[in-house]
Amino acid sequence: MAFDTLVFYVFAAVLVFAALRVVTCRNPVHAALFLVLAFLNSAGLWLLLEAEFLAMTLVLVYVGAVMVLFLFVVMMLDVNLTEMRAGMRRFAPLGLGVGVLLLVEMALIVRSSAFSADQVGDPVRHAADYSNTKALGSVLYTDYVYAFEIAAVILLLAIIAAIALTLRKRPETRYQDPARQVSVRREDRVRLIKMPAEKRG
Amino acid sequence: MIESLWGVLPEALQTTVIIVAKIVAIMVPLMLTVAYYTLAERKVIGFMQVRIGPNRVGPRGLLQPIADALKLMFKEIILPTNANRFLFIIAPVLSITPALAAWAVIPFNETWVLADIDASILYILALTSFGVYGVIIAGWASNSKYALLGAMRSAAQMVSYEIAMGFALVGVLIAGGSLNLGDIVQAQSGSILHWFWLPLFPLLMVYLISGIAETNRAPFDVAEGESEIVAGFHVEYSGMTFAVFFLAEYANMILIAALTAIMFFGGWLSPFQGIPLLGEPSLFWFLLKTAFFMFCFLWFRATFPRYRYDQIMRLGWKVFIPITIVWLLVVALAVVVELPWWFD
Repeated sequence: MAFDTLVFYVFAAVLVFAALRVVTCRNPVHAALFLVLAFLNSAGLWLLLEAEFLAMTLVLVYVGAVMVLFLFVVMMLDVNLTEMRAGMRRFAPLGLGVGVLLLVEMALIVRSSAFSADQVGDPVRHAADYSNTKALGSVLYTDYVYAFEIAAVILLLAIIAAIALTLRKRPETRYQDPARQVSVRREDRVRLIKMPAEKRG
Repeated sequence: MIESLWGVLPEALQTTVIIVAKIVAIMVPLMLTVAYYTLAERKVIGFMQVRIGPNRVGPRGLLQPIADALKLMFKEIILPTNANRFLFIIAPVLSITPALAAWAVIPFNETWVLADIDASILYILALTSFGVYGVIIAGWASNSKYALLGAMRSAAQMVSYEIAMGFALVGVLIAGGSLNLGDIVQAQSGSILHWFWLPLFPLLMVYLISGIAETNRAPFDVAEGESEIVAGFHVEYSGMTFAVFFLAEYANMILIAALTAIMFFGGWLSPFQGIPLLGEPSLFWFLLKTAFFMFCFLWFRATFPRYRYDQIMRLGWKVFIPITIVWLLVVALAVVVELPWWFD
């Protein structure tokens, strides 16, 4: 077995195991950490495909930022397992239905002719000086520039919408104004008073 | 005799042996630097506060790091009650792994680099962003409120400053025209005025300050905040597990210093390029520049009072990110019009 085949199977096995544990873990913090492990292993798989830009951005964005915020929230939760299990029987058929539906859809897509192996062809091995980042960048900013720009604008819109929805000024909250804080002078805070000593000794 | 034995080995094994030897050649000096950096810190801060600093162990206190290391190794590792055993032990490992692995792509001179990969800046960014997990997991697995508060502060701070830091690096890669650290150094070739510190000065400032915030060093050390939350995320750690956190913090400081030297101060290039002998590029210049920024870390710690938490967040989001975005536009424009001196 070639070395990179072995590496592939190791990454793939850990990825599948981690993905299974994400949904079977009782503790949400453990589940989130298994999701991090899954991301790291899929980044490894992408590296094997010479897609180093995608692999690094997956680690940078999802592992380094998104999952940190996820963990941040999950760690603050007070998890009560019995309470979580209470609705299990009621919601199980619904969840099962959605799961089966998703599975059927995925099977239909993956088994369709557009995704079959003879459509794609063997991946080409590139020389060591081939830059995946450069190739990706030149395609993104020439052939797909409109799609890319539209996606960027939609994301920006989502950011602004999220801020607009959560931004509210409450009259009872007191805000700090750093500009006023730093411009305070000694005279504003301290008043020195001259007075004669009261007790004469 | 040795040569014939070497020739017998299969080729795959030969490359493995060579790579391992290179890793050792980077790790051993790095670990020694970390050990003596702690001594240097105590000595330098002692000097700045008109004290003597450690001077008992060995001549002038030079064996102090060895004594500290021995002490930490023989101390008991205490597991807090109801702590998650596995995560508690793995957290320091998670924090030191990225700090050491990032050194794989650092070029020491034209030829000395372990892995000369194309996307080395991306690799560094990905690994440094991973470092926050050691802190978060340590804080959570300790089952202690102080540790959890420290971890929360640290996570928020590191995620916020990563954005400014990443934008500063984008400026460097636009100016250098490459994602490879070696190529970025070569792009600065010329003289001290050709280095990127001049055209990218705002980005340099943002990078350096974010670097201090990323490593949780004073004046941004609210994650430890000993007067408020005792020692933050590593309050429950003792012995070797604590020592590993310590090693990771110092290895990260050296890494940030080395990266500043590479990306803004011409790495191994000489400031007197063109003059014979003194103008030769060499490893020596790289180490000198790195040592200067390492000293700056200690200098800042002795000089500045700790930031207030809301001010840290304000600085990161409302000051640094706008500065970097504006300067990115300026740099991109300068590259497009091929501004003489740097980008022609």
